[in-house]
Amino acid sequence: MRRTWMLAAVVSVALVAGACGSDKKSTSSGTATTQAARTFAPGSTMARIKAAGSIKVGVKFDQPGFGQKNPSTGQVEGFDVEIAKLIVKAIGDNVKIDFVESVSKNREPFLQNGTVDMVVATYTINDTRKQVVDFAGPYFVARQDIMVKSADTTIKSVTDLNGKNVCTVKGSTSEKNVRAKAPTANVTLFDTYSQCAEALKDGRVIAETTDNTILAGLVQQSSGAFKLVGAPFSDEPYGIGVKKGDDEFRTFVNDRLDEIVQSGAWAKAFEATLGKIGLATPEPPKVNRYTGTPPAPTTAAPTTTTAR
Amino acid sequence: MRVVLDNLDVFVGGMRTTVSLTVLGFAVAFVIGTVVAACRVSPVPPLRWVGGFYVETWRNTPLTVLMVLFFFGLTKVGIRYGAFTTAVIVLGGYTGAFVAETIRSGILAVPRGQAEAARSLGLTFPQTLAHVVLPQALRTVVAPLGSLFIALTKNSSIAAVISVGELAFRADRLSDSTARPVPVFLGAAIAYLAITVTAGVAFGIVERRVAIRR
Repeated sequence: MRRTWMLAAVVSVALVAGACGSDKKSTSSGTATTQAARTFAPGSTMARIKAAGSIKVGVKFDQPGFGQKNPSTGQVEGFDVEIAKLIVKAIGDNVKIDFVESVSKNREPFLQNGTVDMVVATYTINDTRKQVVDFAGPYFVARQDIMVKSADTTIKSVTDLNGKNVCTVKGSTSEKNVRAKAPTANVTLFDTYSQCAEALKDGRVIAETTDNTILAGLVQQSSGAFKLVGAPFSDEPYGIGVKKGDDEFRTFVNDRLDEIVQSGAWAKAFEATLGKIGLATPEPPKVNRYTGTPPAPTTAAPTTTTAR
Repeated sequence: MRVVLDNLDVFVGGMRTTVSLTVLGFAVAFVIGTVVAACRVSPVPPLRWVGGFYVETWRNTPLTVLMVLFFFGLTKVGIRYGAFTTAVIVLGGYTGAFVAETIRSGILAVPRGQAEAARSLGLTFPQTLAHVVLPQALRTVVAPLGSLFIALTKNSSIAAVISVGELAFRADRLSDSTARPVPVFLGAAIAYLAITVTAGVAFGIVERRVAIRR
């Protein structure tokens, strides 16, 4: 009896999902022009996705401005999501996108085992990651900056963080960068940016450091308690992760990114998402069509001074 | 596994912190557990209530919640400890509730005649507990205490949420910096096993040494 009930539930969910899918189709069909005629080489990832009629895209669900699940609508919203939609639209107008939550450390495994077809999740391009996945893009360059209490006047640049307690989140390149630029800083790591902000408020740390896009959102939420130092010290080129070696798909995504920038869709997507948290629309970065795999950086982690 | 061998110092450092968290936490838990168990079997009703309240509140709250609450919450009322100290207090307090119940069951397993004989000889309740009942009770609960110690070893990984650099925390970081989660977490699993299996063997030896032969 219970099994029948569950079957009914599954069927009704599938029906609802189907209905939503056809809704989307009808709204986006107006822009179908050249894309509809595009054909793909058999065996390519694009052909497979087009035939399947759906694609799985890894995004963040908790990153304001990039990929954040809206609790009232259940939809994921943000710049990453818009970029993904623009690219998928070029495969086929009726391709349905399944957004899969991909936290930082799931991104490589998800690409490797096929859980997702591509990852658009504030994914910084670097040589370590290029060993196991490939990157299209960059489609955005974030810059690492510092956030302090509004009254603080002691921190003017990253070197001022030496010997101080600084906070950032686990699994980010922010940690690596701050250790490189301020080697004697005592870095505290939490799971979320909001916990870091709490530690800053409590005075356990003197600064929080990560990408300016994220800090901008936190400054806005703090209603005057925090400010951005405005001394960026690294470039974080965000790329689109694809399965390692799938050069055909990577080139396809790169071509679409060029188109999106030229058509003005890039700027529009920015204004509709990151623009709303107070960021000015920047120059879009140039796509980097690298070839081959860079030499592996040493796997030894840098020596650190993490507090116990 | 190359990545594990290249970073053995990360695992060794993590194990050191995990072991100190566990040992210090268990010491706190043992003291709390003994006192609370004594309260719960005492003839004084308010003491029994306090003991019961302690066990029910600590035992029924998730460790992650307690960890964050103590770390961020206490500063709001002006009490501040470092992350490591906070973790020892929370792990000790939490495990203490389980230790209390374990010791209480050991106390209840001591034949009633023992306590009655001690009281009729003129020993007070605390004296009866300390010299007659507890020594026998503790010897019967070595095995469950060993299980609690092992559980505590694994629970200590929750200290990672407040940035304590124990084994799981460091493995997590290494996995991020090398993008090789599977070998790194396999290494972490082996390191945890090394600690817990050693603890299991040690408790087994103690258990055989102190066993009451009846």
